[in-house]
Amino acid sequence: MSLLLVLEQILNGLQFGVMLFLMAAGLTLVFGIMGMINLAHGSLYMVGAYVCATVFQLTGSFLLALAVTLCASAAVGMAVERVALRTLYSRDHLDQVLATFGLILFFNELTKIIWGPRALFLDVPAALSGSVQIIPGVDYPLYRLAIIVVGGLVAFSLYWLIVRTRMGMMIRASASNQEIIGALGVNVPLLYTLVFGLGALLAGLAGAMAGPVWAVEVGMGENILILTFVVIVIGGIGSVRGALVGSILVGFIDIMGRAFLPASLGLFFDPATANGVGASLASMSIYIFMAAILVWRPQGLLPVHGRYR
Amino acid sequence: MRKSMTALLAAAFLIGMPGLLTAQVKVGMITTLSGGGSALGVAVRDGFKLAVDQEGGKLGGTAVELLVEDDARKSGKALQVANRFMKRDKVDIVTGIIWSNLAIAVVPKVVEAGIFYISPNAGPSKLAGAGCHENYFNVAWQNDNLHEAMGQYVARKGFKNAYIMAPNYPAGKDALRGFKRFYKGKLAGEIYTTLGQTDYAAEIAALRGANPDAVFFFLPGGMGISFIKQYHQAGLTGKVPLFGPAFSFDQTILGAVGDAALGVINSSQWNKDIDNAANKAFVAGFRKAYDRLPSLYASQGYDAARLIGAALKSTGGKVDDKGAFRAALRKADFDSVRGNFRFGANHHPVQDIHVREVVREGKVLTNKTVGKAFSDHADAYAGQCKM
Repeated sequence: MSLLLVLEQILNGLQFGVMLFLMAAGLTLVFGIMGMINLAHGSLYMVGAYVCATVFQLTGSFLLALAVTLCASAAVGMAVERVALRTLYSRDHLDQVLATFGLILFFNELTKIIWGPRALFLDVPAALSGSVQIIPGVDYPLYRLAIIVVGGLVAFSLYWLIVRTRMGMMIRASASNQEIIGALGVNVPLLYTLVFGLGALLAGLAGAMAGPVWAVEVGMGENILILTFVVIVIGGIGSVRGALVGSILVGFIDIMGRAFLPASLGLFFDPATANGVGASLASMSIYIFMAAILVWRPQGLLPVHGRYR
Repeated sequence: MRKSMTALLAAAFLIGMPGLLTAQVKVGMITTLSGGGSALGVAVRDGFKLAVDQEGGKLGGTAVELLVEDDARKSGKALQVANRFMKRDKVDIVTGIIWSNLAIAVVPKVVEAGIFYISPNAGPSKLAGAGCHENYFNVAWQNDNLHEAMGQYVARKGFKNAYIMAPNYPAGKDALRGFKRFYKGKLAGEIYTTLGQTDYAAEIAALRGANPDAVFFFLPGGMGISFIKQYHQAGLTGKVPLFGPAFSFDQTILGAVGDAALGVINSSQWNKDIDNAANKAFVAGFRKAYDRLPSLYASQGYDAARLIGAALKSTGGKVDDKGAFRAALRKADFDSVRGNFRFGANHHPVQDIHVREVVREGKVLTNKTVGKAFSDHADAYAGQCKM
């Protein structure tokens, strides 16, 4: 086990974490501000990947596909918020879970009707194919580096949006007490729609960027949704900073577990046992981590302060 | 008024009667239609339906009522559906399960209740050996089979340091066990991944570090798509050759991975170019009905239906006499689309396993048969089966 391999795995962990962050940021914003558990967040991710794959196949331009995807996923998100979710804010979480689970089924069937049951092909854009030598001896796929960069940019812009802008101020205020800011003349329903659109846009972006690396298939959203929930529970529900820290941690733990657990267990057990036990432990590692965090800090690592609700 | 009511009732009875009089067989299909891996279930369902439709709603001359339910690749859900099929719908035959972990949970319950189970896919070793049952038939393969063929091929081609990986579930363990039964060289690594995993960066980095001369992987459905793409992006295509069973390079996968799979060798009991009348009718019929190329899962669904059809024909549509229907199933008196086919003592196929290569035909990627790995191949567990 060389140092170079460890370094490469660290990058893999970072990249996986960034991917999770794009999903978790939107989910945690929606939860933090509207108190809404949105299981259909994964469906918006799937919509993003499908739209991106389709436009990319038609036009051959990844940038255009990305632009269309962002608009489309934000539009779909806002439409869903207006039509379906708006009525659910005042209901309790169980109703929201049931309704948004219904939305998952709806989107999966719709995708199957529009695109058919087969997975779609989405290739890495030519400019980002191939790999670069980041340090001598370690080739890293350029596309994965691009994911890390985009994730970093998104994290920075979100920070700027929430901490530095008027819109961000309203978002934070409405997370604390939406009745008061409604009384102060802020159009709360519009704000909700915009925030939901932002969350959907981020999910669509994650889907579009995942397409060339992961399978674009019906139900792709559910896999990542579970991890996303783990991330926001670890980071503190409603906290974007928490989502960033949580997703990087989950990314690292997952990759490191898979990369090194079976080998390290091999020092103590025979190879067959080490492989079996190592693989099982590795797939459980993030859930064990989440359980530990819940025992140690039930509110998550970086909880939001001053929540009114 | 009363008279016309009576007449109406009588008419209703008369119209309803023929349905009651003809023997009708109920088939319950539990398969994966949503979530990751739904392409496999859809293919099995479409293949099965095609056989029924080609006979105008019948199998072997008997009207068939097909109930299809989604299991979402969850054992709990599959069990629920199975219970409903058995208790409420009173089905005669259950079929459809894709994933071995689900099959292990559901099949014993079904066959113990005296209902026939025809597997169009999953063939876990647990149900082929000591856990075999007289009411359980597998029309596809025992899990190990295709992997055994690849193990033999990789060994014969002189590879000595293979890296092998599969998901951590019963079929994954069967896969690597099957591969190792015929491949006796060194192993650069033996890795079990999580079922449904999408990101393989960690595994690919470790793989590169282990410096193997061949990679054998079993990752059905979306897992395979993700892996092949990422393997390609890591720049390993062409450097370290990939090998796998047909599940890793099936028609539903090839369209989604593109040229990254071109030239890869894989093993299968079926391919669309196998030359026999039944296969030609199947491939042409499938393309006409669904406007796409059939995958091997579709061929298995189709054969499952035609096996049931052959048995119904020989019993005159009766399933109640379990002994007679079982004997009829065991004979497997139908022309399988794969050609050579019969059941071994444990009700698993004895069949040829072919070697295929991924090629480009016009605009689509597909598989071409290039050789044969085994003739009349039976599974390794038949001896443990006491039936």
